[in-house]
This record gives sequence, structure tokens and C-alpha cells, in this order.
Amino acid sequence: MRLEKCWFCSSTIYPGHGIQFVRNDAKIFRFCRSKCHKNFKMKRNPRKVKWTKAYRRLHGKDMTQDATFEFERKRNRPERYDRNLTENTLKAIKTIDKVKFRREETHHKNRMKGKVAKERKEARKELDQQIHMLVAPGAMVKDTSAAKVTVKVQHESTDENRMEE
Amino acid sequence: MRKVKFTQTNFHEKLSTIIEEFPRLDDIHPFYGDLLHVLYNKDHYKLALGQINTARNLISKVAKDYVKLLKYGDSLYRCKALKVAALGRMCTVTKRIGPSLAYLDQIRQHMARLPSIDPNTRTILICGYPNVGKSSFINKITRADVDVQPYAFTTKSLFVGHTDYKYLRYQVIDTPGILDRPFEDRNIIEMCSITALAHLRAAVLFFLDISGSCGYTIAQQSALFHSIKSLFMNKPLIIVCNKTDLQSLEGISEDDKKLVEEMKSEAMKTLIGQGGEPRDGAEVLLTMSTLTEQGVIAVKNAACERLLDQRVEIKMKSKKINDCLNRFHVAVPKPRDQKERPPCIPQAVLEAKVKEAEKEKKRLEKDLEEENGGAGVYSASLKKHYLLANDEWKEDNMPEILDGHNVYDFVDPDILQRLEELEKEEGLLQEQEDDEVEMDVEDLTPQQQKELAEIRKKKSLLIREHRIKKSTAESRPVVPRKFDKDKRFTSERMGRLLSSLGLDPSKAIERVRSKSRGRKRDRSTDHDMDVDNDGSNKKMRARSLSTSGSRSRSRPPTNELVPGEGFKDSAQKIKAFKLGKKSVEKRNKDARKGVDDDDHDLRRGWPVMIEVWMNVGGIQKMRAYDFESYFLFGRLHVCFILVSFYTFLNL
Repeated sequence: MRLEKCWFCSSTIYPGHGIQFVRNDAKIFRFCRSKCHKNFKMKRNPRKVKWTKAYRRLHGKDMTQDATFEFERKRNRPERYDRNLTENTLKAIKTIDKVKFRREETHHKNRMKGKVAKERKEARKELDQQIHMLVAPGAMVKDTSAAKVTVKVQHESTDENRMEE
Repeated sequence: MRKVKFTQTNFHEKLSTIIEEFPRLDDIHPFYGDLLHVLYNKDHYKLALGQINTARNLISKVAKDYVKLLKYGDSLYRCKALKVAALGRMCTVTKRIGPSLAYLDQIRQHMARLPSIDPNTRTILICGYPNVGKSSFINKITRADVDVQPYAFTTKSLFVGHTDYKYLRYQVIDTPGILDRPFEDRNIIEMCSITALAHLRAAVLFFLDISGSCGYTIAQQSALFHSIKSLFMNKPLIIVCNKTDLQSLEGISEDDKKLVEEMKSEAMKTLIGQGGEPRDGAEVLLTMSTLTEQGVIAVKNAACERLLDQRVEIKMKSKKINDCLNRFHVAVPKPRDQKERPPCIPQAVLEAKVKEAEKEKKRLEKDLEEENGGAGVYSASLKKHYLLANDEWKEDNMPEILDGHNVYDFVDPDILQRLEELEKEEGLLQEQEDDEVEMDVEDLTPQQQKELAEIRKKKSLLIREHRIKKSTAESRPVVPRKFDKDKRFTSERMGRLLSSLGLDPSKAIERVRSKSRGRKRDRSTDHDMDVDNDGSNKKMRARSLSTSGSRSRSRPPTNELVPGEGFKDSAQKIKAFKLGKKSVEKRNKDARKGVDDDDHDLRRGWPVMIEVWMNVGGIQKMRAYDFESYFLFGRLHVCFILVSFYTFLNL
């Protein structure tokens, strides 16, 4: 019994699920559910379909290269059974999973790093530009113009004083 | 002429084939000849064939004569008549031989079904009274499937079966039963078997029913035997006593035994005649039972043996044997001394043979399975013979799947080492992560955040409304502002909106109110006949105030008097309009364009104008509504003038 990967979305296929399609050139395509199978029949490229692992890896959304991936490899030569080895392997699988998970998280965090700053900048910009939805420009200008006028008068008076002198 | 000739040749051909195909009784083997004679009378047969022959000759003669006559025929009619006559005569001839043709056809069908008996090969003939068991015997030793029934004369004709003995094929012929009668009284069926007996050179098995269950006593059967023993000349004869399961040979009465002995002695005579030594009559008299199959094979073997011997003897005596004799020679090495030389077997083989006999059988898995309850109960432990580092691990169940991974993919002898490296790496990475990233951009104040939220809300509202309007604009009619239930277009609402934006709404509301027309009854209604300039000016002003801003001012209202039109007062104008409308009303109700709404306008003589959007092509026609309005206006104008004239007259 083996857990296979779906050709389209790369999720694991448990026994009793999915469909296997064998092409005339003897290449086997396994699908985890009819969604993937139907997409395949429509000749969609999984690298272009957003929700598949292939797309995510290609566009850098998920981790691509890591030491943890080297542990899981399909081995064609069977090993002689060794109880200690099996025990160690089982324990190792658990720790490797944990490490992998942690690394995925850091990858995601790094990806999302500049987001907060960007959002804040955008908010500020929106506030500056779209303020006319709350306060009419006319109303705003009046306030500023009033302030301007007062300043002007003051300025003139000082000039005149100077001129007289 | 040609027709006659053609018909004649046809007939000739057909009849010739018939004659040729049927065998001449003298040309075939006497056995077949006699058989045919027995089945279908020889004379009758010959007669029939002769008749056909004569018919053929007759037809030829007829044809010849008529052809000669036809050559000298003077007229067409005569020729035709001659032809008809010729054909007619040929037909009558054929009709006469009809019954013999039918008879020959029957013969043909029957002959086809005769059994294929080769008179020259090894044959065994079976004869005897009816119901003694001849057909059962043949059924037993050959693959023939002859009817076996309790009544006499079940077998009505000869049947052939084939059997093997010493790599040679023997024909076994089953005959119908023969009754003890004088020769002349025999029927066709009996004659069949007599013929066979007479002509075929075969070993004869005379069947005797010991028990008498065939309906005839041994005395009768022996009487038959003696009457036909002349037919057994030069043939190896064996007397077979059948049905010994019902009655054994020893148990019969004395008289019967004597009769049997007589028969045996006769049979022995034939044996002596062959040149064999007179032995104990065991070879000549045999017992068997076809029911229990006891002695059947012995009988067959004896018969075959006898026949073979006889044939060999004959062959040996003939001249041809000398040619073959040199070919038979068995070479044997001449012994040079009296020493015995047994076959040589190596010692090892002998020892091994002895050992094998002594060795006890190994305990197999199969035995183990049987011990523990059989196939369904016991399941063999396939892991029993595993070669592992530690034998305790043999019966371990290793998991294949863990947490969505295949365990086999992870199995690696140095997995621990690699895991250590990984952990170290992980430790390093974690330390690096602890450095935090600083934020350059500061967050908005709560006041600003509130404003931003409001802006976003308004924006989303706008977008939603726009989307609704967009989707319904083409499919659903929009309710005009007149019937605005939600009071979205009131000036108060506008004022509120403006004040929320920070502007002063009073001026806007004033402007809006001034432009609206208000109710009909509130407007001024007096129109005098003499229209003063001032008055008109006033009215113009009033009009300008009362009409809404959207209306154009170029056209005066319809009810108001315009000086150039020629109406007395506005009342007259109104009436004129009404009359005009009345004239058009009926046509409009019928949805007609003109007086006669056909393709052609009859009064003017050219086709009715069509809309520009009806792409007929050709010259760009002037716009339809222009024309229509032109004419309509003209008509209206005419109406006005007429009406005004009449009213004037009336007045």
C-alpha cells in the first residue's frame, strides 16, 4: 500500500480514493478527486491553476528547496527489515514534519514581510486623495482662504510701515 | 431449326448421363451385383435403363427427320409448325419413360445410402437368428450405432463397423437375422445377409442364443446352421454362444449339448481345412455375454486371429510372397560362446533405488496446513523463513503509512545522522529569526482611521449603486422622478447632503424652488383678445417664471395666440386643434400611416416612406419623420386655414 500524489493538485491520494488514468504511452496519471480529473480532461495546465501546489511552488508562494525534502525519496531497492532502524525512522518522520512545518511558516512570514508598511502607506494616500467624499472641496478651500487673507493684511501693513519709514 | 437441334442435344445429354452414371451389374463386384439384385430386381433395373436408351435414340431420330424437313420448308408458317411438331414428339417420348425415370431415381437414392463395404479387405461377418445379439455385439466392439430392439428384424439391412486388432483395421458387418426356410421363400432382408455370406471372403461368427430368449430353441438354431453351412466353405468359422448371463453353457440340456457339439465339429472341419492342427475346440466355440461384456473381447480377438492366419496363409501360398520374403529378416547376433551376458546397471543407481525405498517422506507445508484445520482455517506464516539479523523480529508488523507519509520512503541506514544535521541547522535558523524587522511607516491616528473607514463605506455604497443601476438599466424601466416614493429627489434631502459635506445649501434650494413649475391651477389663466405689448411682455415674463428651466423657450405654448396664425382668439385656436386631432384620431387608432396604409400611396403614386433603420439600401432617403412631419404640418396648416375660414363664415 502506498500513498500517491495527485498529478494535478499534488495532494496525497489515500487508498480507495480517486482515479488512475493510464495513457497509451504507459504514463500513469493519478487524481485525488473528480475535480482534478475533470480539470485534466479539460487540458488545463496545473501550473496555471491557482489552487494547485504546482502553481504555488512555481510562483514562489510555497517553499521549493529545502533539506527536509531530501528525506522523503522513493526508494526502489528494498531494505532488510531492522527493528531499530524502523523505530528510528518512525520517530524521525515526526521530527522532520515539525521542522518542515516551522520552515514553511518562516517562508510565509518572509513573504508577507512588507505588507503592513505598504498597507499603511496606501491608507494614508487614500485618505489624502479621497477626503472630498467627506468634506466638500469648497468648504475646505474657504477655511484656508480665510486664513490666507488674514496673513496677507498683516504682511501689507508691515510693508507699508516700512515704506513710510 | 436451331431450336430443334438444341432441344435434341439437351435431351441426349441428360439421358446419356443417366445411363452412364448407373452402374452395370456385370461390371461391378459380384457382391454388389447380387446385393443390387436382391434389393431391386436385376431385370427390372436393366429394363428401365434399356427404356431410357431407346428413348434417347428415338429422340435423336425425330430430331434428324424434322431437321431435314425444315431445310425444305417453303413458308415461315410451315417451318414453325414443323418445329412445334418436333418438340412435341420429343416431349411425348419423354413422358412415356416417366415412370422408369422415377424408379431409377428411387434406386439412386437408395444406392447412395448403401453401406460402403470393401469386399477385399479383412472382414468379419456376423450371422444368426434374429434377436440373438448380433447388433449388440457390433455396438460393443465398434463405434457403429445399430438399433437394438426386442422385436425381430430390427436390423433390416447390412451395417458396417470398423475395429482394430494388432494395428490392423477390420470391417465388421452386421447382417439381418436369417430364418430357417427354403431358399426360394426368403424375403429381401434375409437375402441381403445370404448374399453377404456368399460373396464376401470373411471370418464368420455364427451367433447362438443359449438361453433361448430370442424365441427360438437351440434345435432350431442348429437346424439353420446346418442348412447354411455350405456357405461357410473356406471361411474361418467361430460359433459364439451369446447371452451366457441368462444361461451358461454347462447348464443346458443334453440334447442341446449334443447339437452344440455337432456344430463344433463342423466348425472344426473348417479349421482343419485351413491347415491348422486339430486342437481342443476352444478356439472354435466361445461363450460371451454382450450385456455383461464378458468374453466379448475374447471373441473379437479369436475371430481376428483366425482371419489373419487364414489370409496370411493364402498370401504365403500365392506367388507374390516370394517377392516380399526377402524383406522380412530379423538380425540376431550369433552367440560366440555360452557365456551369459545380463543387462548392465551401474551400482550407484541400484543403491539410490534402495535408498529411496527406505527414505521416509518429508513433512510439507501442506501437511502442516492439514493438521491445523485445513485450507480455510489455517493461514500459513509466510514470514517463517525470513533471514533477519535478529530472529525475534520475524513476526513484526511494520507500519507502511504514518501521518500522510509512506514510511518506506524515509527508511535510510543513516537517517539518525542526517536528522542530527537537520536539527543543528534548525537551531541556527531559529536564532537568526529572532531579529525583528522595524516598521518605517507609522500607523494612522484613530481619528484618521475613522475618516478612512467612512470614505471607504461611501465608496463602496457608490459602487454598489452603480452596479445595480448598470444591471437594471437595460432590462427594467426606471421610475420617473414624478412617482418617487422614497423621496430621494426632494430639496430637503439635497440640503441635508450638502450641509453634511460642509456647504451652505440655502442658495441651492432657492434656485431649485424657483425653477420648478408648480401646480397647473396656480398658473394665470386670462388671455384677452387685444394683446397689449405690456400685457404680452408681462405674460412673457410670467411664462418665463412659470415654465421650468428644462423646457426650451423658442416655442410658445400651444394654447396661446400667436399673431401670424390667423385665429380670432385662443378659444378658436383650441377648437382648431381639436378638430385637427379628431381627423387624425381614427387613423391613429388603426395604426395607419396615411389614408391608405399600403405599400403604395395611391394618391401620390409613390411608395410609402419607410424608416431609415430599415436598411433597404439604395439612395439615402430623406428621413421619414421629416417627410411625415412636413406633410402633417402642411395638412394641419391646411386644416387650420379651412377651419378658420369656416368659423369666420359662421360668425
